[in-house]
Amino acid sequence: MATKNNNVPEHPMERLLRMDRIPHIWCPTCGIGTAVSCFISAIDKFKHPHEKIAVVSGIGCTGRVAGYIKLDSFHTTHGRAIPFATGLKLANPDLKVVVFSGDGDLISIGGNHFIHAARRNTDITVVCVNNFIYAMTGGQCAPTTPLTANSSTTPYGNHERPFNLPLLASSCGAVYVARWTSLHIRRLTNSMHEALNKPGFSFVEVVAPCSTLYARRNRLGTGLDLLKFYHDSSEICHGADPTELDIAFQDKIKVGKFIDRERPTFIDAWNDNMKKKFGDKFDPYGEKKAKKAA
Amino acid sequence: MQFWRKPLDADKIKVPHGEIHIVRDRCKGCGFCVEYCPKDVLVLSEEFNTKGYHPPEAVKADDCVHCQLCEMLCPEFAIFVTLKDEESVEA
Ligand code: SF4
Ligand code: SF4
Repeated sequence: MATKNNNVPEHPMERLLRMDRIPHIWCPTCGIGTAVSCFISAIDKFKHPHEKIAVVSGIGCTGRVAGYIKLDSFHTTHGRAIPFATGLKLANPDLKVVVFSGDGDLISIGGNHFIHAARRNTDITVVCVNNFIYAMTGGQCAPTTPLTANSSTTPYGNHERPFNLPLLASSCGAVYVARWTSLHIRRLTNSMHEALNKPGFSFVEVVAPCSTLYARRNRLGTGLDLLKFYHDSSEICHGADPTELDIAFQDKIKVGKFIDRERPTFIDAWNDNMKKKFGDKFDPYGEKKAKKAA
Repeated sequence: MQFWRKPLDADKIKVPHGEIHIVRDRCKGCGFCVEYCPKDVLVLSEEFNTKGYHPPEAVKADDCVHCQLCEMLCPEFAIFVTLKDEESVEA
């Protein structure tokens, strides 16, 4: 027997969702929706006018996020979320630009952009939902698939060493690096909030269940079973050495805030350099310009 | 709530009660809210929603402490809780 919606008032997150597109396409027990809930809560806490926040996604399951969030948002081509976001930020430095995409899009197809944006300390926040597989295209092996895990292109188990994302981000120069699972809702929300407030390249990895491909191919049950696994196997290690954050197949997941440091952002470094060269003749670009006018 | 003695900060601490709202037809029956509710307020109902999933149902609605865990964990934006009232702690 089907039941109709009882007269439920508006869900508080509807303010920041494009409700004409909801329900979203994500499978039952997928973790991306929870990551979006945490992001919306972080945006609520973040004291920044909503019209000055932009969300950019690439392609993939997580790449759909930009299409569901009711902020200025853009769904770019595969892997190109970070270059698009860099352009947005440089052309309009008042914007807070967030890249919300998946492991395949950001680290494989867009891997080159990721390392260079971190190296330059471009002032953007990158949220990477890591489900260990290329989900939208049929469960191929991704650069994050743990060793020995099954995927549609590694039916005998993966033999390629995966990336350790916090190590990759921190060694390239990110100023804020954290990892949580989609079960750590409050800590994840706080980390996203801290990352939004951090000037420079901030990176938050969200380990999330993919029930339809990763869990099914590896016989791990549903997304709910994976949440129970995260509950039992994640260990909070704030400030841990990023070289020790590899994730092995169904092994301990170290989570926490690993890096929080200061480095001049891309625009600040440009301004400082030009200032040295041209002194007062140089009109600083970006936020500093706004401050000067005030 | 039952205590063996009146807590020293009983005048300051209030126990919140939540009112649970479930958007049944948006639910995909994942069971996250049911599994992680600390007060075991929810169960998946026997009924189907229009998409053929079993949405949760609040069987112990009075026990809800407005922690909003279900609201944050739900990947479908299908359940949320508003503050109904707060109860003083009595010994
Ligand atoms: S708010 Fe907390 S106590 Fe109330 S139903 Fe949700 S999870 Fe359970
Ligand atoms: S968490 Fe949301 S989608 Fe999952 S069973 Fe509960 S209400 Fe339904």
